[in-house]
Amino acid sequence: MQNFEFTKEELAKIDAIIARYPNPQPAVMPVLWMAQEKYGHVEPDVQKLVARTLNLPEAHVHGVATFYTQYYKERKGKYVLDVCTSFSCQACGGYETLHYLEDKLGIKAGETTPDGMFSIQSVECLGACGYAPMMQITNDVYVNHLTPEKLDKVIDDLKKDQLPEFESIPLVQNRTTAMENE
Amino acid sequence: MSLTDWKAYKPVLIPNIKDYHKIDVYEKHGGYGALKKILADQDTLTPQHVTETVKNAGLRGRGGAGFNTGLKWSFMPKPDGGPRYIAANGDESEPGTFKDRVIFEFNPHTFIEGSIIAAYAMSITTVYVYIRGEYRSWIRMMEKAVSDAYERGYLGQNILKSGFSVDMVLHSGAGAYICGEESSLMESLEGKRGYPRVKPPFPAQKGLWGRPTTINNIESLANVPLIFNNGADWYKGTGAATHPGPLLYGISGHVNRPGVYEYPTGMLVTDLINEVAMGVRGGKRVKALIPGGSSTPPLRGDALDGVRMDSDSLRQAGSMLGTAGMCILDEDTDMVDYLWRVSHFYHHESCGQCTPCREGTGWLEKTLLKIKAGDGTMRDLDLLLDLCTQMEGRTICALADAAAWPVRYTITRFRDEFEARVKNTVYALS
Repeated sequence: MQNFEFTKEELAKIDAIIARYPNPQPAVMPVLWMAQEKYGHVEPDVQKLVARTLNLPEAHVHGVATFYTQYYKERKGKYVLDVCTSFSCQACGGYETLHYLEDKLGIKAGETTPDGMFSIQSVECLGACGYAPMMQITNDVYVNHLTPEKLDKVIDDLKKDQLPEFESIPLVQNRTTAMENE
Repeated sequence: MSLTDWKAYKPVLIPNIKDYHKIDVYEKHGGYGALKKILADQDTLTPQHVTETVKNAGLRGRGGAGFNTGLKWSFMPKPDGGPRYIAANGDESEPGTFKDRVIFEFNPHTFIEGSIIAAYAMSITTVYVYIRGEYRSWIRMMEKAVSDAYERGYLGQNILKSGFSVDMVLHSGAGAYICGEESSLMESLEGKRGYPRVKPPFPAQKGLWGRPTTINNIESLANVPLIFNNGADWYKGTGAATHPGPLLYGISGHVNRPGVYEYPTGMLVTDLINEVAMGVRGGKRVKALIPGGSSTPPLRGDALDGVRMDSDSLRQAGSMLGTAGMCILDEDTDMVDYLWRVSHFYHHESCGQCTPCREGTGWLEKTLLKIKAGDGTMRDLDLLLDLCTQMEGRTICALADAAAWPVRYTITRFRDEFEARVKNTVYALS
C-alpha cells in the first residue's frame, strides 16, 4: 500500500497557508489542491492525510473533497481533457468536439484510456464562452477555438508530454486597433 | 458620453495599453493615483465620504443582482476593533459569463486598487479574493499582481505610510457553481461544503467567521478607481442613467465576432449583435438572445428592437441584465435541446440542501430529456411550468429560481417548438 505523506518543505508551505486565515479549517481546500498536485488524485487515503495534517475530522475533509468537482476522488489519466458542453459551447460545437475526442481515443466521456494517458470529461461552463469550442487540460491550461486539426495536434503533443501554451485573448476592440505604446 | 456615439468609445476598464497588467505600466499611467489621493487626504476623503461618492456615482454590482455598490458598503456596522472582511467574488461560473478573467489578465491592478479603496471605506482588515478553481492560469497572474502590490507598499501594514493596513489573500475554488452565491462563497472560504446560508443574518452583520463582511464582484471593485480618477459625475454620465458606467459585455454563440467588449451600459442589443459582434453567422436571423448568463430569461429574436443592456430596459423586455454575458442563438437552434442543456447544468450544480431545488432541478432535466427524445406529452409542458412554480422563491438561495426562469420563459416564449416535439395525446378525464 502506498504511503501518503507531506515532506517537511510541504508542511512549511501548509503552515504559511494556514496563517492566511483565522483558523486552520479554511486551509482544507488549498491543501487538497496541494495533495492532488502531488498524487494526481485525492482518494480516501489522501483525504486522510489532509485531515491528519490539518487536525480536522476525516468526515469533514471527505465532505469537502466530494462537494467540489475538480478534486479527483478516483485516479484519472495523466491528462484529463475537460470539454465544455455548456450552452454557449453547445451552440458552437462543444458536443461535436467531445465526440471527436471520444472516437479518436476510443473511450467515452468519464472514462480513461487503458494506457492511463487520457481521461475525457464533459464539463460545465469553464468561462471561455466566446472562444468555443474549448477544453481545459488537467485543471490547468485552456485550449480555445478547437478544430479536429487542432485537437489532433494537442493530442500528439500531449503524448510527448508537451502541454499547449496559454492563449492570451485581448478585448476584441483592442485586438482590432493599434496598441497605444506607453 | 451619450449612447449614440458608442463607436467613439475608448475602453477605460481594459484600456488599449501595452503591458497594462504590469505594475510599472499601470503606475506610469496614473495607476494607484486614486488610492494615493484618498490616503493622503483622509480628513476630507473620509471613509464615509468615499462610500457616499461610490453610492452617488450610481455604480451597480456587476455580478448579476445589480445592487448599488456604495449602498451595500454603507450597510457595514461601525468598526469595533475586530476583523472585518471583503470577499471579492471571482467565481464567475454563470454559463455565458467570461469577463472577470479579462480583468485578472489585462488590468489586475485596477481591481486591487479598487479593493483597497473599498477596504478603506469599510475599515476592512483582509480582502479574500475567491477565484474559480478552473481559472488556474489567471490565479497565477493574480498571484504575481498581488505580490507586486505588496512589494510597492499598496498592500500590507501602514500602506503608503497612511496608517491604514489591509491584506489581500487569494483563495482558489475547486469547481462548484453555487460558490458564486455570496453566502455559499463564504462557507467555501471557511473550508466547508458550499451550502448557502439562511438570511438574515446578512453578511454585513454576520459574514465570514461571524464577522462583518461585504461581498463584491470583481468587475464592481475594478470600477471604483475610475470613479475617483474621473469623478462621480463622469461616471454617472456614462451609459444608462439608472445603471451607469463602463460594462464588460461577453458575447458568445452564433455571431461572427464573439468575445469580450467594453462599452457603456445601456447599449442597444441590436447594435451589439449586428455591429459590435458583426452579425449572426451565415447571415441568419436571431432566434433567441440570452442577455446575461444562463439564468436570465431568453428573449425572442423578433422582440429585440429598442431593448438596451441595462436593468430597467431588460426588465421591461422581460429579462435581466445578469452578468451581461450575452449568448446569441440563431434560427436553426433547437430550443428543446438548448433548454435541456441549461437544465442539466442546474441539476448538476444544485447543492442538494433544499428539497424543491434538489428534486425540482432533476425533474426539470428528466422531463426535458423525455421531450427531447420524442416521448413527451402536452401534459409534460404543463408539468414543467408547474414545477417552476413549486421551485421559485421556496429555497434558501436563488439557484432554484435561476433553474426555473429559463424553463418558464423558454417554454412560454417558444411554445410552438415544444408543442411540435410532444405527442399530441388526448387524455380522458378519470
